[in-house]
Amino acid sequence: MPALDPAFLAVQALSGLSSASSLFITACGLTIVFGVTRIVNFAHGSLYMIGAYTAATLVPRLLELSFGPVTFWAGILISAIIVGLIGVIIEVLLLRRIYGAPELFQLLATFGVVLVVQDLVVQVFGPQDILGPRAPGLRAPVEILGRRFPSYELVLIAAGPIVLGLVWLLLRKTRFGVLVRAATQDRDMVASLGVNQALLFTGTLFLGAFLAGLGGALQIPRVSANTGMDLSIIAEAFVVTVVGGMGSVPGAFLAALIIGQLQAFGILIFPKSTLVVVFLLMAVVLAIRPYGFFGRAEIGGGTHAVGIASRSPLPGRGLILLIVIAVLAAFPLVADAYLLKVATEILIFALFAFSLQLLIGVGGIVSFGHAAFFGLGAYGAALAVKWYGVSMEAALPLGLALAALGAGLAGAFVVRLSGIYLAMMTLAAAQILYAVAFQWVEVTGGDNGIVGVWPSSWASGPIPYYLLTAALTLITVLLLKRIIDAPFGYALRAARDSEARAEAIGLKVRQHRWLAFMIAGAAAGLAGGIYAFSRGSVDPSLLGISTSVDALTMLLLGGIQTVVGPLVGAAALHGLRDWIMPLTSLWRLLLGLSIIAMVLIFPRGLVGTVRDWWGARA
Amino acid sequence: MTLLAVNGLHKSFGGVVAARDVTFTVARGEMLAIIGPNGAGKSTVFNMVGGQLRPDRGQVLLDGQDITHASPQKRFRRGVGRTFQVAQTFLSMSAAENVQMALISCNRQSNGLWRPASERHRDKAVELLSRVGMAEAADTPCSALAYGDVKRVELAIALAGQPKLLLMDEPTAGMAPRERAALMDLTASIAEAQGIGVLFTEHDMDVVFGHAARVLVLLRGQIIAAGTPDQVRQDEQVKRAYLGDARALEPLRGVSPA
Amino acid sequence: MATTSTIRWLAFGAALALGAPAAQAQQAPIKIGELNSYAQWAAFTVPYRNGWQMALDEINAKGGVLGRKIEIVSRDDGATTGSATRVADELVSREGVSLLFGSFLSNVGVAMADYANQKKIVYIAAEPLTDAVTMAQGNRYTFRIRPNNFMQVGMLVDQAKASGAKRWAIVAPNYEYGQSAAAVFKRLIQERVPGAQIVAEQYPALGKIEAGATASAIEQAKPDGIFNVLFGPDLTQFVREGNTRGLFEDTTVLSLLTGEPEWLLPLKDEVPEGWTVTGYPWDEIKEPKHKAFIDAYRAKYNDTPRLGSLLGYMVMTMIGDSIERAGSTETDAIIKALEDAKFDTVIGPVTMRGIDNQATMGAWVGKLVLKGAAGGMTDWTYQDGASFMPTEAEVKAVRKD
Repeated sequence: MPALDPAFLAVQALSGLSSASSLFITACGLTIVFGVTRIVNFAHGSLYMIGAYTAATLVPRLLELSFGPVTFWAGILISAIIVGLIGVIIEVLLLRRIYGAPELFQLLATFGVVLVVQDLVVQVFGPQDILGPRAPGLRAPVEILGRRFPSYELVLIAAGPIVLGLVWLLLRKTRFGVLVRAATQDRDMVASLGVNQALLFTGTLFLGAFLAGLGGALQIPRVSANTGMDLSIIAEAFVVTVVGGMGSVPGAFLAALIIGQLQAFGILIFPKSTLVVVFLLMAVVLAIRPYGFFGRAEIGGGTHAVGIASRSPLPGRGLILLIVIAVLAAFPLVADAYLLKVATEILIFALFAFSLQLLIGVGGIVSFGHAAFFGLGAYGAALAVKWYGVSMEAALPLGLALAALGAGLAGAFVVRLSGIYLAMMTLAAAQILYAVAFQWVEVTGGDNGIVGVWPSSWASGPIPYYLLTAALTLITVLLLKRIIDAPFGYALRAARDSEARAEAIGLKVRQHRWLAFMIAGAAAGLAGGIYAFSRGSVDPSLLGISTSVDALTMLLLGGIQTVVGPLVGAAALHGLRDWIMPLTSLWRLLLGLSIIAMVLIFPRGLVGTVRDWWGARA
Repeated sequence: MTLLAVNGLHKSFGGVVAARDVTFTVARGEMLAIIGPNGAGKSTVFNMVGGQLRPDRGQVLLDGQDITHASPQKRFRRGVGRTFQVAQTFLSMSAAENVQMALISCNRQSNGLWRPASERHRDKAVELLSRVGMAEAADTPCSALAYGDVKRVELAIALAGQPKLLLMDEPTAGMAPRERAALMDLTASIAEAQGIGVLFTEHDMDVVFGHAARVLVLLRGQIIAAGTPDQVRQDEQVKRAYLGDARALEPLRGVSPA
Repeated sequence: MATTSTIRWLAFGAALALGAPAAQAQQAPIKIGELNSYAQWAAFTVPYRNGWQMALDEINAKGGVLGRKIEIVSRDDGATTGSATRVADELVSREGVSLLFGSFLSNVGVAMADYANQKKIVYIAAEPLTDAVTMAQGNRYTFRIRPNNFMQVGMLVDQAKASGAKRWAIVAPNYEYGQSAAAVFKRLIQERVPGAQIVAEQYPALGKIEAGATASAIEQAKPDGIFNVLFGPDLTQFVREGNTRGLFEDTTVLSLLTGEPEWLLPLKDEVPEGWTVTGYPWDEIKEPKHKAFIDAYRAKYNDTPRLGSLLGYMVMTMIGDSIERAGSTETDAIIKALEDAKFDTVIGPVTMRGIDNQATMGAWVGKLVLKGAAGGMTDWTYQDGASFMPTEAEVKAVRKD
């Protein structure tokens, strides 16, 4: 580390302040929307991205008409208003319909919007990154202790407190603000006040989206608008809102300040681990203060758990099982190599999704970071091959063990939380691991991943590897099913249905959930290990948000209230993906729209719907 | 013989004192009611006995053993069963499975990973359900039961732990008047037969004066009167506490003060 | 109406069902698999696709090769290693392609090389520049046409000797390409410039640079030379921050690829003048064959070419030549036709060196200059790749085959 030159420290601190300011403006919108609607809006990052693209496209045109600071700032403001209106559209078309839905559905539906926007932005603005113009009058740097510092950054530093002040005035001095604060404190109270709730929520979404758009638009002189902005900002904005306490604007401000400085100075101390420190901060804060700096526990527990219920055993299920085994075993006789590959992947994802079902469907623990354990299993196996040269037979159990260990560690923190904080903590755990895999290049290979993870020779052809996968998946699923039906699974369901009742009959809820985390993690780790050997490589995307969302989508598609739902969902999603993805460049748009449609009109999933239909017929 | 002894319980939230020096006892087989206007501190006292709240000062003794700081789980193992104001059952399970779950926990089998839960303690569970008159609904999902029946199932769950002390928070809230008496008669007969002490809070004065052996009256966190229903009914302070509405304490069939 | 559309659909279905075997009966096209990061790195890959499409159209207009048309099955590689090998698997086992080419990121290139080796199918890396593709991870199935990091850095370091800069800072994206380029630079600058030392290294995550903090951390080390490997959005942000802070004043800057139009154009008028770069001054290259290529490209796409356009065009024509020479689409025959083969390309003769499957294509080296509202290159020369390739001994020392 270089010597501590005061001018350098000052400039670095100012850089940190300016990132903090930008981050706060965006996160502030997220936290206000959460406070009123209780929805964690994944699409907030997309609104930020739209703000940046709109401004980067609009402002240069305006500047051609009349060059000057007024035009520039007017362009920024217009862009933010446009984004605010897009927020209104999203509220009216989607959010309004899911305020009462379980958190899992809310998160997935807004993630569906993220996917839709990703493709739409490319369609509307083109595939190129767009660097916006510099702000007129702010092109020259200013001297600070003999160092040059961009004057635009100084404006940004001021923008954060200005927005904080304006939001404070809005919340304190207007009727709208009073209602927003009332709704943030007690949602039912507002309902009983006879307020036009629809208007309040739409207004809130406008404000939230406006702030997201403003945050994005303000970036254009320093960051080019690009298609990766949405997920990178939403991850940071989540951290800010969670650390500050969800729904708390001052909390978001404080958290943004801390994170800005952490990033500015973190780059000096750990130049290669900038991504990890942010999520580590969140994990540490949540471990000490489960509701962030200024957050409070949801009154009456904000969770609406949905999941599997007791059902009388299907007659002839032994026979059905035998038929399934026979079909799986006979499949290689009719399938070509490629079909076998697809079938192998479906089996792997089925196991992955089924392991998540133990947490969500059985335990009501909405994990948004299950990819962490899938990825740990894959990396565990791949690292064992790379560094210790072990065979596949040894690497798979090692991957499983690493995943179980990781799940045990993450679970120890996660089970202390509930509701949306729990979902955010699981997301943080996955993001920390993602960042470690991404930036600890010496061990994990970073972005390069690890290649050369091929199966032992006896299992290396498509047929043997398919059979191996089928056997492992089948055995694990049957074991997990046994566990679900055993007292342990019932205890998890008991805690999900009524935590108070579960405690009153002496169940150690946290301990059960912790164990469930490890079992689910181990099963996901096994799936990850098998996946690594089927592809021959691992890379950080296995730990990414989209892998977690894949598993959740499979659950949703198959039906959260059924035991076999995730298996059917895995087959349906992966089958569709394999079929449609090569045909279109709009796969994400289709996937996003399907997720939204499922949440809105098809929430029981394939298996659930078929079962209801069957039940109604009988 | 004293089953539960509560000595000098004290609890305040911020500056508001919710319980002040609350002292009482419950004997085996005795039914003790806690009454008082809204905000008198009934729930606070109740939750300190049940383990959901920690008292600032004071002691809770069960059979002479200090359980003041024990978790709800530990209290369950010491013999405290409870029901909730809004019945808490496992809605995704059948009535029998609800009771089986309690029996599994009681036998420390809740970490069992192999033998299906629905096959364990089935007979005992059905027997407990029949005791509350719910044997026929054993295989009905709890989510499909009428609320009154859910309350009965909840009672069966609480009894599965073979409690010495039963805590019932507003046991008849949300039930039709006719069902109330039936449930409390049932509770009383079980309590008497098995020597279970019952501590309950209640709004319905019919229920209180019809079933409680003794009544405690709480006002602003303090016990202002204690004794048999008749003694309490005559107490001047109690009459004033109920805003001069002495009729509220009269046994009037079919009228339930909110 | 309903009937008409039903009939149409039936006819469409019948065409699908019968079309394939019918075509096979005549002369089935030669299927070639192509994959690249079209969604994520469109700036480079879309012009690159235009390039190979143009070459493909020319080849097929002349009747194809071996009397058969060429059909390219093109996919997005998802820009991650796992996704790319998965897509490759689909191309090989479902589409039955004869060979693969493409990919953008170096880490993906390395994974593809490993895949090619495992599945024994020819893979021609298009953009990936890391040395590993033809050196440590190289294998007989993997080929590359562009000059790799070792060659391009070598060209730049030669230019640096004259500058006298001794205190060097490195800024590179933290993945295979950046790491490989930084490693080569460290080695070559110390070998070829006596007394040179590395005073600062910054490795921002690809696409996630904190440009202000990075620029100021480099400034803090007071280097007199900077070696830059950033490209794309990272580069644009870094240049803007560096310009504002005066980071590049009185500093020698060597920069890989920055002279290529795909990375130069987004900088608009903020081009950092005086940087020594590798690039592609397409409008100043006057050789008639190249000129003809440019004219045809501009006429066809109504756009100026990028380096990707040239590369896509060259890769496709070289593939066509190789299959023609091989006389078949068998992997071994194609490998034989590629190894040590000479190709006559629009930029002159290029040889595919057999010991490492690296072509001798060179690069244009010059200085950045502002021309009107956009950047360009000045004082440039074409450096032939042959003189900058790693020696046979070096190749033999690291390659495992």
